[in-house]
Amino acid sequence: MKKNTNSIWTHMRRSPYQTLAAILTMFLTFLLGGVFALTTGTSLSILRYFEGKPQLTVFFMEKAGKPEADALKITLEGTGKVASTKFVSKDDALAIYKEQNKNDPLLLEMVTADILPASLEVTAIDPRFLSELEPVIKKADGVEEVIFQKDVVDALLSWTNAIRIIGGTLAGLLAIDSLLIIMTVIGLKIAMKKEEIEILKLIGATQWYIRKPFVIEGGIYGIVGAFFAWLIMTILLLVFRSSLLSFLGAIPVIHALLVNPLSSVFLLSAFAFLGILCITGFLLGAIGSLITLARYIKF
Amino acid sequence: MIRFDHVSKDFGGSKPALSDISVEIPDGDFVFLIGPTGAGKSTLLKLIIRDLVPTEGLITVDNWDITTIPQSQIHQLRRHVRMVFQDFKLLMDRTISENIAVGMEVLGKPREEIEKGVHDVLELVELSDKSDVFPAQLSAGELQRIGIARAIVGGPKILLADEPTGNLDPETSDEIIDILKEVNKMGTTVIVVTHNATLVDKNKKRTITLKAGKLEHDEIKGKYHLTKRSHHEKEH
Repeated sequence: MKKNTNSIWTHMRRSPYQTLAAILTMFLTFLLGGVFALTTGTSLSILRYFEGKPQLTVFFMEKAGKPEADALKITLEGTGKVASTKFVSKDDALAIYKEQNKNDPLLLEMVTADILPASLEVTAIDPRFLSELEPVIKKADGVEEVIFQKDVVDALLSWTNAIRIIGGTLAGLLAIDSLLIIMTVIGLKIAMKKEEIEILKLIGATQWYIRKPFVIEGGIYGIVGAFFAWLIMTILLLVFRSSLLSFLGAIPVIHALLVNPLSSVFLLSAFAFLGILCITGFLLGAIGSLITLARYIKF
Repeated sequence: MIRFDHVSKDFGGSKPALSDISVEIPDGDFVFLIGPTGAGKSTLLKLIIRDLVPTEGLITVDNWDITTIPQSQIHQLRRHVRMVFQDFKLLMDRTISENIAVGMEVLGKPREEIEKGVHDVLELVELSDKSDVFPAQLSAGELQRIGIARAIVGGPKILLADEPTGNLDPETSDEIIDILKEVNKMGTTVIVVTHNATLVDKNKKRTITLKAGKLEHDEIKGKYHLTKRSHHEKEH
Protein backbone atom coordinates (compact mmCIF):
# COMPACT_ATOMS: atom_id res chain seq x y z
CA MET A 1 0.00 0.00 0.00
CA LYS A 2 2.83 2.35 0.98
CA LYS A 3 4.63 1.49 -2.25
CA ASN A 4 1.45 2.19 -4.23
CA THR A 5 1.00 5.54 -2.50
CA ASN A 6 4.63 6.49 -3.16
CA SER A 7 4.31 5.43 -6.76
CA ILE A 8 1.11 7.45 -7.27
CA TRP A 9 2.66 10.50 -5.58
CA THR A 10 5.70 10.15 -7.87
CA HIS A 11 3.40 9.98 -10.94
CA MET A 12 1.70 13.18 -9.85
CA ARG A 13 4.86 15.03 -8.87
CA ARG A 14 6.64 14.27 -12.14
CA SER A 15 3.94 15.90 -14.26
CA PRO A 16 2.83 18.87 -12.12
CA TYR A 17 1.01 20.79 -14.88
CA GLN A 18 -1.16 17.82 -15.82
CA THR A 19 -1.87 17.19 -12.15
CA LEU A 20 -2.79 20.83 -11.61
CA ALA A 21 -5.06 20.89 -14.69
CA ALA A 22 -6.89 17.77 -13.52
CA ILE A 23 -7.35 19.04 -9.95
CA LEU A 24 -8.38 22.54 -11.06
CA THR A 25 -11.02 21.19 -13.44
CA MET A 26 -12.36 18.92 -10.71
CA PHE A 27 -12.34 21.87 -8.30
CA LEU A 28 -14.39 24.04 -10.67
CA THR A 29 -16.83 21.22 -11.36
CA PHE A 30 -17.45 20.61 -7.68
CA LEU A 31 -17.53 24.31 -6.79
CA LEU A 32 -20.21 25.02 -9.37
CA GLY A 33 -22.03 21.72 -8.74
CA GLY A 34 -21.88 22.30 -4.99
CA VAL A 35 -23.13 25.88 -5.19
CA PHE A 36 -26.05 24.82 -7.36
CA ALA A 37 -26.81 21.87 -5.08
CA LEU A 38 -26.86 24.19 -2.05
CA THR A 39 -28.99 26.77 -3.89
CA THR A 40 -31.44 24.10 -4.99
CA GLY A 41 -31.55 22.69 -1.46
CA THR A 42 -32.24 26.15 -0.02
CA SER A 43 -34.94 26.84 -2.61
CA LEU A 44 -36.60 23.53 -1.77
CA SER A 45 -36.53 24.41 1.95
CA ILE A 46 -38.13 27.77 1.22
CA LEU A 47 -40.68 26.04 -0.99
CA ARG A 48 -41.54 23.51 1.70
CA TYR A 49 -41.83 26.32 4.24
CA PHE A 50 -44.36 28.17 2.12
CA GLU A 51 -46.20 24.99 1.23
CA GLY A 52 -46.65 24.34 4.94
CA LYS A 53 -48.21 27.78 5.39
CA PRO A 54 -51.99 28.43 5.04
CA GLN A 55 -52.88 28.47 1.40
CA LEU A 56 -54.93 31.63 1.60
CA THR A 57 -54.95 34.61 3.98
CA VAL A 58 -57.96 36.93 4.27
CA PHE A 59 -57.15 40.39 5.64
CA PHE A 60 -60.04 42.36 7.19
CA MET A 61 -60.73 46.10 7.10
CA GLU A 62 -59.56 48.21 10.04
CA LYS A 63 -62.97 48.26 11.74
CA ALA A 64 -63.72 44.59 11.09
CA GLY A 65 -62.62 41.78 13.38
CA LYS A 66 -63.76 38.57 15.08
CA PRO A 67 -67.51 38.76 14.24
CA GLU A 68 -66.82 39.16 10.49
CA ALA A 69 -64.22 36.41 10.65
CA ASP A 70 -66.63 34.05 12.45
CA ALA A 71 -69.32 34.75 9.85
CA LEU A 72 -66.90 34.06 7.00
CA LYS A 73 -65.69 30.92 8.74
CA ILE A 74 -69.25 29.55 8.90
CA THR A 75 -69.85 30.43 5.23
CA LEU A 76 -66.60 28.75 4.15
CA GLU A 77 -67.22 25.62 6.22
CA GLY A 78 -70.63 25.43 4.56
CA THR A 79 -68.99 24.96 1.15
CA GLY A 80 -67.39 21.68 2.35
CA LYS A 81 -64.15 22.66 0.61
CA VAL A 82 -62.22 24.00 3.58
CA ALA A 83 -59.93 21.85 5.69
CA SER A 84 -59.18 24.38 8.44
CA THR A 85 -59.29 28.05 9.38
CA LYS A 86 -57.43 30.11 11.96
CA PHE A 87 -58.33 33.61 13.14
CA VAL A 88 -55.42 36.00 13.80
CA SER A 89 -56.59 39.05 15.79
CA LYS A 90 -54.92 42.49 15.69
CA ASP A 91 -53.20 41.67 18.99
CA ASP A 92 -51.98 38.31 17.64
CA ALA A 93 -50.70 40.09 14.53
CA LEU A 94 -48.79 42.56 16.74
CA ALA A 95 -47.30 39.70 18.74
CA ILE A 96 -46.14 37.99 15.55
CA TYR A 97 -44.73 41.27 14.23
CA LYS A 98 -42.84 41.86 17.49
CA GLU A 99 -41.40 38.36 17.44
CA GLN A 100 -40.24 38.73 13.85
CA ASN A 101 -38.60 42.11 14.53
CA LYS A 102 -37.42 41.67 18.08
CA ASN A 103 -33.84 42.52 17.09
CA ASP A 104 -34.81 45.80 15.47
CA PRO A 105 -36.35 48.18 18.08
CA LEU A 106 -36.73 50.93 15.50
CA LEU A 107 -39.34 48.90 13.63
CA LEU A 108 -41.26 48.25 16.84
CA GLU A 109 -41.47 51.82 18.06
CA MET A 110 -44.32 53.19 15.95
CA VAL A 111 -46.37 50.02 15.53
CA THR A 112 -49.52 49.32 17.56
CA ALA A 113 -52.21 46.66 17.24
CA ASP A 114 -54.59 49.20 15.66
CA ILE A 115 -52.63 49.58 12.43
CA LEU A 116 -52.29 45.84 11.86
CA PRO A 117 -55.23 44.06 10.21
CA ALA A 118 -56.96 41.02 11.66
CA SER A 119 -56.87 38.05 9.34
CA LEU A 120 -58.25 34.57 8.71
CA GLU A 121 -55.88 31.87 7.49
CA VAL A 122 -57.66 29.32 5.31
CA THR A 123 -56.47 25.89 4.15
CA ALA A 124 -58.56 24.19 1.46
CA ILE A 125 -59.11 20.42 1.25
CA ASP A 126 -57.58 20.62 -2.20
CA PRO A 127 -55.62 23.64 -3.55
CA ARG A 128 -57.83 23.50 -6.69
CA PHE A 129 -60.78 24.68 -4.55
CA LEU A 130 -59.02 27.98 -3.77
CA SER A 131 -60.22 29.70 -6.95
CA GLU A 132 -63.80 28.64 -6.14
CA LEU A 133 -63.47 29.98 -2.59
CA GLU A 134 -62.09 33.35 -3.67
CA PRO A 135 -65.43 34.91 -4.91
CA VAL A 136 -67.18 33.68 -1.77
CA ILE A 137 -64.55 35.37 0.41
CA LYS A 138 -64.50 38.60 -1.57
CA LYS A 139 -68.31 38.92 -1.19
CA ALA A 140 -68.09 38.62 2.61
CA ASP A 141 -68.41 41.64 4.92
CA GLY A 142 -65.29 43.48 6.09
CA VAL A 143 -62.84 41.74 3.73
CA GLU A 144 -60.11 44.06 2.43
CA GLU A 145 -57.60 41.76 0.68
CA VAL A 146 -57.06 38.08 -0.14
CA ILE A 147 -53.50 36.73 -0.53
CA PHE A 148 -52.84 33.38 -2.13
CA GLN A 149 -49.69 31.58 -0.91
CA LYS A 150 -50.07 29.63 -4.13
CA ASP A 151 -48.70 32.60 -6.09
CA VAL A 152 -45.61 32.69 -3.90
CA VAL A 153 -45.20 28.91 -4.09
CA ASP A 154 -45.62 28.91 -7.88
CA ALA A 155 -43.03 31.65 -8.30
CA LEU A 156 -40.61 29.80 -6.04
CA LEU A 157 -41.27 26.53 -7.80
CA SER A 158 -40.46 28.03 -11.18
CA TRP A 159 -37.26 29.56 -9.75
CA THR A 160 -36.25 26.27 -8.16
CA ASN A 161 -36.87 24.41 -11.40
CA ALA A 162 -34.87 26.97 -13.35
CA ILE A 163 -31.96 26.72 -10.90
CA ARG A 164 -32.15 22.94 -11.05
CA ILE A 165 -32.13 22.84 -14.86
CA ILE A 166 -29.45 25.50 -15.41
CA GLY A 167 -27.29 24.29 -12.52
CA GLY A 168 -27.71 20.65 -13.43
CA THR A 169 -26.84 21.29 -17.07
CA LEU A 170 -23.75 23.36 -16.21
CA ALA A 171 -22.58 20.90 -13.56
CA GLY A 172 -23.20 18.04 -16.01
CA LEU A 173 -21.17 19.75 -18.73
CA LEU A 174 -18.36 20.45 -16.27
CA ALA A 175 -18.47 16.84 -15.10
CA ILE A 176 -18.05 15.68 -18.72
CA ASP A 177 -15.20 18.19 -19.09
CA SER A 178 -13.56 16.83 -15.93
CA LEU A 179 -13.95 13.29 -17.20
CA LEU A 180 -12.26 14.21 -20.50
CA ILE A 181 -9.41 16.02 -18.72
CA ILE A 182 -8.86 13.03 -16.43
CA MET A 183 -8.91 10.72 -19.45
CA THR A 184 -6.33 12.89 -21.24
CA VAL A 185 -4.06 13.13 -18.20
CA ILE A 186 -4.24 9.41 -17.45
CA GLY A 187 -3.75 8.65 -21.15
CA LEU A 188 -0.51 10.66 -21.08
CA LYS A 189 0.63 8.88 -17.92
CA ILE A 190 -0.06 5.50 -19.55
CA ALA A 191 1.99 6.55 -22.58
CA MET A 192 4.84 7.62 -20.27
CA LYS A 193 4.77 4.26 -18.50
CA LYS A 194 4.18 2.10 -21.56
CA GLU A 195 7.39 0.13 -21.11
CA GLU A 196 6.76 -0.51 -17.44
CA ILE A 197 3.25 -1.72 -18.25
CA GLU A 198 4.65 -4.10 -20.87
CA ILE A 199 7.17 -5.47 -18.37
CA LEU A 200 4.48 -5.98 -15.74
CA LYS A 201 2.28 -7.81 -18.24
CA LEU A 202 5.16 -10.12 -19.19
CA ILE A 203 5.92 -11.08 -15.59
CA GLY A 204 2.32 -12.02 -14.88
CA ALA A 205 0.72 -8.95 -13.32
CA THR A 206 -3.05 -9.02 -13.31
CA GLN A 207 -5.00 -6.33 -15.13
CA TRP A 208 -6.04 -4.86 -11.78
CA TYR A 209 -2.44 -4.77 -10.47
CA ILE A 210 -1.48 -2.64 -13.49
CA ARG A 211 -4.62 -0.52 -13.47
CA LYS A 212 -4.94 0.14 -9.74
CA PRO A 213 -2.36 3.00 -9.45
CA PHE A 214 -3.97 4.85 -12.38
CA VAL A 215 -7.48 4.38 -10.99
CA ILE A 216 -6.39 5.64 -7.55
CA GLU A 217 -4.56 8.56 -9.16
CA GLY A 218 -7.74 9.61 -11.02
CA GLY A 219 -9.70 9.20 -7.78
CA ILE A 220 -7.21 11.39 -5.90
CA TYR A 221 -7.65 14.19 -8.46
CA GLY A 222 -11.39 14.00 -7.80
CA ILE A 223 -11.04 13.95 -4.01
CA VAL A 224 -8.56 16.86 -3.91
CA GLY A 225 -10.71 18.95 -6.29
CA ALA A 226 -13.85 18.18 -4.29
CA PHE A 227 -12.14 18.98 -0.97
CA PHE A 228 -10.99 22.44 -2.08
CA ALA A 229 -14.43 23.19 -3.55
CA TRP A 230 -15.99 22.24 -0.20
CA LEU A 231 -13.46 24.38 1.67
CA ILE A 232 -14.25 27.46 -0.42
CA MET A 233 -18.02 26.90 -0.10
CA THR A 234 -17.77 26.45 3.67
CA ILE A 235 -15.69 29.61 4.06
CA LEU A 236 -18.18 31.59 1.92
CA LEU A 237 -21.08 30.22 3.95
CA LEU A 238 -19.42 31.30 7.20
CA VAL A 239 -18.53 34.73 5.83
CA PHE A 240 -22.11 35.38 4.65
CA ARG A 241 -23.79 33.59 7.56
CA SER A 242 -25.27 36.72 9.16
CA SER A 243 -26.67 38.02 5.87
CA LEU A 244 -28.18 34.64 5.07
CA LEU A 245 -29.70 34.41 8.54
CA SER A 246 -31.33 37.83 8.33
CA PHE A 247 -32.68 37.03 4.86
CA LEU A 248 -33.71 33.39 5.29
CA GLY A 249 -33.67 32.96 9.07
CA ALA A 250 -37.45 32.53 9.22
CA ILE A 251 -37.10 29.14 7.57
CA PRO A 252 -36.52 26.66 10.41
CA VAL A 253 -34.10 24.33 8.56
CA ILE A 254 -31.86 27.19 7.48
CA HIS A 255 -32.03 28.82 10.88
CA ALA A 256 -31.08 25.60 12.67
CA LEU A 257 -28.21 25.06 10.28
CA LEU A 258 -26.66 28.52 10.33
CA VAL A 259 -27.44 29.87 13.76
CA ASN A 260 -24.31 28.37 15.32
CA PRO A 261 -21.38 27.25 13.14
CA LEU A 262 -20.03 25.17 16.02
CA SER A 263 -23.29 23.29 16.55
CA SER A 264 -23.44 19.59 15.83
CA VAL A 265 -26.08 20.24 13.15
CA PHE A 266 -23.77 22.53 11.18
CA LEU A 267 -20.67 20.37 11.67
CA LEU A 268 -22.47 17.12 10.78
CA SER A 269 -24.07 18.68 7.71
CA ALA A 270 -20.77 20.21 6.57
CA PHE A 271 -18.86 16.94 6.92
CA ALA A 272 -21.65 14.90 5.34
CA PHE A 273 -21.53 17.32 2.39
CA LEU A 274 -17.75 16.90 2.25
CA GLY A 275 -18.18 13.12 2.26
CA ILE A 276 -20.69 13.21 -0.59
CA LEU A 277 -18.46 15.54 -2.65
CA CYS A 278 -15.35 13.41 -2.06
CA ILE A 279 -17.08 10.14 -2.90
CA THR A 280 -18.52 11.67 -6.08
CA GLY A 281 -15.07 13.11 -6.88
CA PHE A 282 -13.36 9.77 -6.40
CA LEU A 283 -15.93 8.00 -8.57
CA LEU A 284 -15.68 10.61 -11.31
CA GLY A 285 -11.86 10.41 -11.36
CA ALA A 286 -11.77 6.63 -11.11
CA ILE A 287 -14.35 6.17 -13.89
CA GLY A 288 -12.37 8.54 -16.14
CA SER A 289 -9.24 6.47 -15.49
CA LEU A 290 -11.02 3.17 -16.07
CA ILE A 291 -12.39 4.32 -19.43
CA THR A 292 -8.86 5.34 -20.53
CA LEU A 293 -7.31 2.13 -19.21
CA ALA A 294 -9.85 0.01 -21.09
CA ARG A 295 -8.90 1.91 -24.23
CA TYR A 296 -5.09 1.79 -23.90
CA ILE A 297 -4.19 -1.27 -21.82
CA LYS A 298 -5.21 -4.50 -23.44
CA PHE A 299 -4.03 -7.98 -22.59
CA MET B 1 6.11 -30.05 -20.19
CA ILE B 2 6.02 -27.83 -23.27
CA ARG B 3 4.55 -29.42 -26.37
CA PHE B 4 4.41 -27.97 -29.90
CA ASP B 5 2.25 -30.01 -32.26
CA HIS B 6 2.56 -29.02 -35.94
CA VAL B 7 2.71 -25.35 -35.03
CA SER B 8 2.94 -22.61 -37.65
CA LYS B 9 2.95 -18.86 -37.25
CA ASP B 10 2.38 -16.62 -40.22
CA PHE B 11 2.59 -12.83 -39.96
CA GLY B 12 1.39 -12.42 -43.54
CA GLY B 13 4.86 -12.06 -45.09
CA SER B 14 6.31 -14.04 -47.98
CA LYS B 15 7.33 -16.89 -45.64
CA PRO B 16 5.84 -18.00 -42.32
CA ALA B 17 7.87 -17.16 -39.20
CA LEU B 18 7.44 -20.75 -38.03
CA SER B 19 6.38 -23.70 -40.12
CA ASP B 20 5.09 -27.07 -38.89
CA ILE B 21 7.10 -27.21 -35.67
CA SER B 22 6.63 -30.29 -33.48
CA VAL B 23 8.75 -30.55 -30.38
CA GLU B 24 8.46 -31.63 -26.74
CA ILE B 25 10.43 -30.18 -23.84
CA PRO B 26 9.95 -32.19 -20.64
CA ASP B 27 10.04 -30.73 -17.13
CA GLY B 28 13.52 -29.90 -15.84
CA ASP B 29 15.15 -29.81 -19.28
CA PHE B 30 17.86 -27.32 -20.27
CA VAL B 31 17.62 -26.38 -23.93
CA PHE B 32 19.63 -24.10 -26.20
CA LEU B 33 17.52 -22.70 -29.02
CA ILE B 34 19.73 -21.58 -31.86
CA GLY B 35 19.33 -20.33 -35.38
CA PRO B 36 20.18 -17.39 -37.60
CA THR B 37 18.42 -14.07 -37.25
CA GLY B 38 14.84 -14.40 -38.48
CA ALA B 39 14.75 -18.16 -37.93
CA GLY B 40 11.76 -17.84 -35.59
CA LYS B 41 13.44 -18.31 -32.17
CA SER B 42 11.86 -15.26 -30.49
CA THR B 43 8.52 -16.06 -32.13
CA LEU B 44 8.68 -19.50 -30.54
CA LEU B 45 9.32 -18.00 -27.08
CA LYS B 46 6.50 -15.46 -27.54
CA LEU B 47 4.14 -18.29 -28.41
CA ILE B 48 5.04 -20.08 -25.16
CA ILE B 49 4.13 -17.03 -23.05
CA ARG B 50 1.07 -16.37 -25.21
CA ASP B 51 2.37 -13.03 -26.43
CA LEU B 52 1.46 -14.43 -29.85
CA VAL B 53 -1.14 -16.95 -30.99
CA PRO B 54 -0.21 -19.70 -33.47
CA THR B 55 -1.77 -19.63 -36.93
CA GLU B 56 -1.95 -23.42 -36.95
CA GLY B 57 -1.24 -26.28 -34.58
CA LEU B 58 -1.48 -26.86 -30.88
CA ILE B 59 0.75 -25.64 -28.04
CA THR B 60 0.41 -26.93 -24.50
CA VAL B 61 2.38 -25.64 -21.53
CA ASP B 62 1.74 -27.94 -18.58
CA ASN B 63 -2.05 -27.74 -18.16
CA TRP B 64 -2.57 -24.72 -20.40
CA ASP B 65 -3.65 -24.95 -24.00
CA ILE B 66 -2.07 -21.80 -25.42
CA THR B 67 -4.44 -21.67 -28.37
CA THR B 68 -7.54 -21.53 -26.19
CA ILE B 69 -6.34 -20.00 -22.90
CA PRO B 70 -8.78 -17.25 -21.84
CA GLN B 71 -7.47 -13.68 -21.49
CA SER B 72 -8.23 -13.79 -17.79
CA GLN B 73 -5.73 -16.65 -17.25
CA ILE B 74 -2.78 -15.34 -19.25
CA HIS B 75 -1.26 -13.70 -16.17
CA GLN B 76 -1.30 -17.08 -14.41
CA LEU B 77 0.57 -18.67 -17.32
CA ARG B 78 3.15 -15.87 -17.19
CA ARG B 79 3.73 -16.42 -13.48
CA HIS B 80 4.45 -20.04 -14.36
CA VAL B 81 6.64 -19.20 -17.36
CA ARG B 82 8.97 -16.27 -16.75
CA MET B 83 11.28 -14.61 -19.23
CA VAL B 84 14.75 -13.02 -19.28
CA PHE B 85 15.40 -10.44 -21.99
CA GLN B 86 18.49 -9.38 -23.93
CA ASP B 87 17.77 -5.74 -23.07
CA PHE B 88 17.02 -6.67 -19.40
CA LYS B 89 13.69 -4.76 -19.27
CA LEU B 90 14.26 -3.42 -15.77
CA LEU B 91 12.34 -0.52 -14.23
CA MET B 92 14.91 2.24 -14.25
CA ASP B 93 13.25 4.35 -11.54
CA ARG B 94 13.25 1.53 -8.99
CA THR B 95 16.09 0.08 -6.98
CA ILE B 96 17.43 -3.41 -7.64
CA SER B 97 15.52 -4.92 -4.72
CA GLU B 98 12.33 -3.15 -5.84
CA ASN B 99 12.81 -4.47 -9.39
CA ILE B 100 13.09 -8.00 -8.07
CA ALA B 101 10.27 -7.54 -5.58
CA VAL B 102 7.89 -6.69 -8.46
CA GLY B 103 8.27 -10.30 -9.57
CA MET B 104 6.66 -11.40 -6.28
CA GLU B 105 4.33 -8.45 -5.74
CA VAL B 106 2.41 -9.41 -8.86
CA LEU B 107 1.86 -12.79 -7.22
CA GLY B 108 0.26 -11.05 -4.23
CA LYS B 109 2.83 -12.41 -1.74
CA PRO B 110 3.06 -10.87 1.74
CA ARG B 111 5.80 -8.32 2.48
CA GLU B 112 7.90 -10.68 4.67
CA GLU B 113 7.89 -13.41 2.02
CA ILE B 114 8.86 -10.89 -0.66
CA GLU B 115 11.78 -9.60 1.42
CA LYS B 116 13.03 -13.14 2.01
CA GLY B 117 12.58 -14.05 -1.68
CA VAL B 118 14.49 -10.95 -2.82
CA HIS B 119 17.28 -11.66 -0.34
CA ASP B 120 17.60 -15.29 -1.49
CA VAL B 121 17.74 -14.57 -5.23
CA LEU B 122 20.19 -11.72 -4.71
CA GLU B 123 22.46 -14.21 -2.97
CA LEU B 124 22.03 -16.67 -5.82
CA VAL B 125 23.09 -14.06 -8.41
CA GLU B 126 25.79 -12.79 -6.01
CA LEU B 127 24.55 -9.21 -5.90
CA SER B 128 23.40 -8.89 -2.29
CA ASP B 129 25.47 -5.74 -1.85
CA LYS B 130 23.66 -3.97 -4.70
CA SER B 131 20.10 -4.24 -3.40
CA ASP B 132 19.62 -0.49 -2.88
CA VAL B 133 21.25 0.86 -6.02
CA PHE B 134 19.47 1.79 -9.23
CA PRO B 135 19.89 -0.07 -12.56
CA ALA B 136 21.79 2.86 -14.09
CA GLN B 137 24.58 2.21 -11.57
CA LEU B 138 25.18 -1.39 -12.68
CA SER B 139 27.14 -3.04 -15.51
CA ALA B 140 25.42 -5.02 -18.30
CA GLY B 141 26.39 -8.33 -16.70
CA GLU B 142 24.98 -7.24 -13.35
CA LEU B 143 21.78 -6.01 -15.00
CA GLN B 144 21.31 -9.39 -16.64
CA ARG B 145 21.76 -11.12 -13.28
CA ILE B 146 19.04 -8.87 -11.89
CA GLY B 147 16.84 -9.76 -14.88
CA ILE B 148 17.33 -13.44 -14.01
CA ALA B 149 16.73 -12.76 -10.31
CA ARG B 150 13.41 -11.05 -11.07
CA ALA B 151 12.38 -13.90 -13.37
CA ILE B 152 13.08 -16.67 -10.84
CA VAL B 153 11.98 -14.93 -7.64
CA GLY B 154 8.44 -16.29 -7.73
CA GLY B 155 9.66 -19.84 -8.38
CA PRO B 156 8.49 -20.30 -11.99
CA LYS B 157 8.40 -23.81 -13.50
CA ILE B 158 9.78 -22.61 -16.83
CA LEU B 159 12.38 -19.92 -17.57
CA LEU B 160 12.81 -18.54 -21.09
CA ALA B 161 15.95 -16.53 -21.78
CA ASP B 162 15.94 -14.54 -25.03
CA GLU B 163 19.59 -13.97 -25.92
CA PRO B 164 20.59 -13.29 -22.32
CA THR B 165 24.27 -13.06 -23.23
CA GLY B 166 23.78 -11.00 -26.38
CA ASN B 167 25.28 -7.85 -24.86
CA LEU B 168 27.92 -9.48 -22.69
CA ASP B 169 31.59 -10.38 -22.92
CA PRO B 170 32.57 -14.12 -22.97
CA GLU B 171 33.48 -14.29 -19.28
CA THR B 172 30.25 -12.63 -18.12
CA SER B 173 28.30 -14.82 -20.57
CA ASP B 174 29.76 -17.91 -18.89
CA GLU B 175 28.66 -16.55 -15.50
CA ILE B 176 25.14 -15.97 -16.75
CA ILE B 177 24.89 -19.50 -18.17
CA ASP B 178 26.23 -20.85 -14.86
CA ILE B 179 23.41 -19.05 -13.02
CA LEU B 180 20.87 -20.45 -15.47
CA LYS B 181 22.28 -23.95 -14.98
CA GLU B 182 21.99 -23.44 -11.23
CA VAL B 183 18.33 -22.44 -11.67
CA ASN B 184 17.83 -25.54 -13.84
CA LYS B 185 19.32 -27.74 -11.10
CA MET B 186 16.59 -26.47 -8.78
CA GLY B 187 14.03 -28.07 -11.13
CA THR B 188 13.14 -25.20 -13.45
CA THR B 189 12.94 -25.92 -17.18
CA VAL B 190 15.29 -23.48 -18.93
CA ILE B 191 15.23 -22.52 -22.62
CA VAL B 192 18.03 -20.24 -23.78
CA VAL B 193 18.01 -18.54 -27.15
CA THR B 194 21.58 -17.75 -28.18
CA HIS B 195 23.95 -17.04 -31.03
CA ASN B 196 26.95 -17.86 -28.90
CA ALA B 197 28.49 -21.00 -30.44
CA THR B 198 31.12 -21.33 -27.73
CA LEU B 199 28.53 -21.46 -24.98
CA VAL B 200 26.48 -24.09 -26.81
CA ASP B 201 29.45 -26.27 -27.66
CA LYS B 202 30.98 -25.99 -24.18
CA ASN B 203 27.84 -26.85 -22.22
CA LYS B 204 26.69 -29.88 -24.23
CA LYS B 205 23.00 -29.45 -23.52
CA ARG B 206 19.99 -30.31 -25.66
CA THR B 207 20.09 -28.03 -28.69
CA ILE B 208 17.19 -27.20 -30.99
CA THR B 209 18.15 -25.53 -34.23
CA LEU B 210 15.68 -23.48 -36.25
CA LYS B 211 16.31 -22.32 -39.77
CA ALA B 212 13.89 -20.23 -41.86
CA GLY B 213 11.08 -21.08 -39.47
CA LYS B 214 11.65 -24.85 -39.66
CA LEU B 215 13.07 -27.31 -37.16
CA GLU B 216 16.52 -28.23 -38.51
CA HIS B 217 18.07 -30.26 -35.64
CA ASP B 218 17.06 -31.43 -32.19
CA GLU B 219 19.98 -33.10 -30.40
CA ILE B 220 20.39 -34.30 -26.81
CA LYS B 221 23.97 -33.04 -26.44
CA GLY B 222 23.99 -30.71 -29.34
CA LYS B 223 26.47 -28.45 -31.03
CA TYR B 224 26.23 -25.11 -32.71
CA HIS B 225 25.54 -26.24 -36.28
CA LEU B 226 25.33 -22.89 -37.95
CA THR B 227 28.53 -22.00 -39.74
CA LYS B 228 29.62 -18.42 -39.97
CA ARG B 229 28.76 -18.59 -43.68
CA SER B 230 25.20 -19.76 -43.24
CA HIS B 231 24.61 -17.21 -40.52
CA HIS B 232 25.98 -14.48 -42.76
CA GLU B 233 23.88 -15.64 -45.72
CA LYS B 234 20.71 -15.54 -43.70
CA GLU B 235 21.34 -12.05 -42.43
CA HIS B 236 21.83 -10.73 -45.95
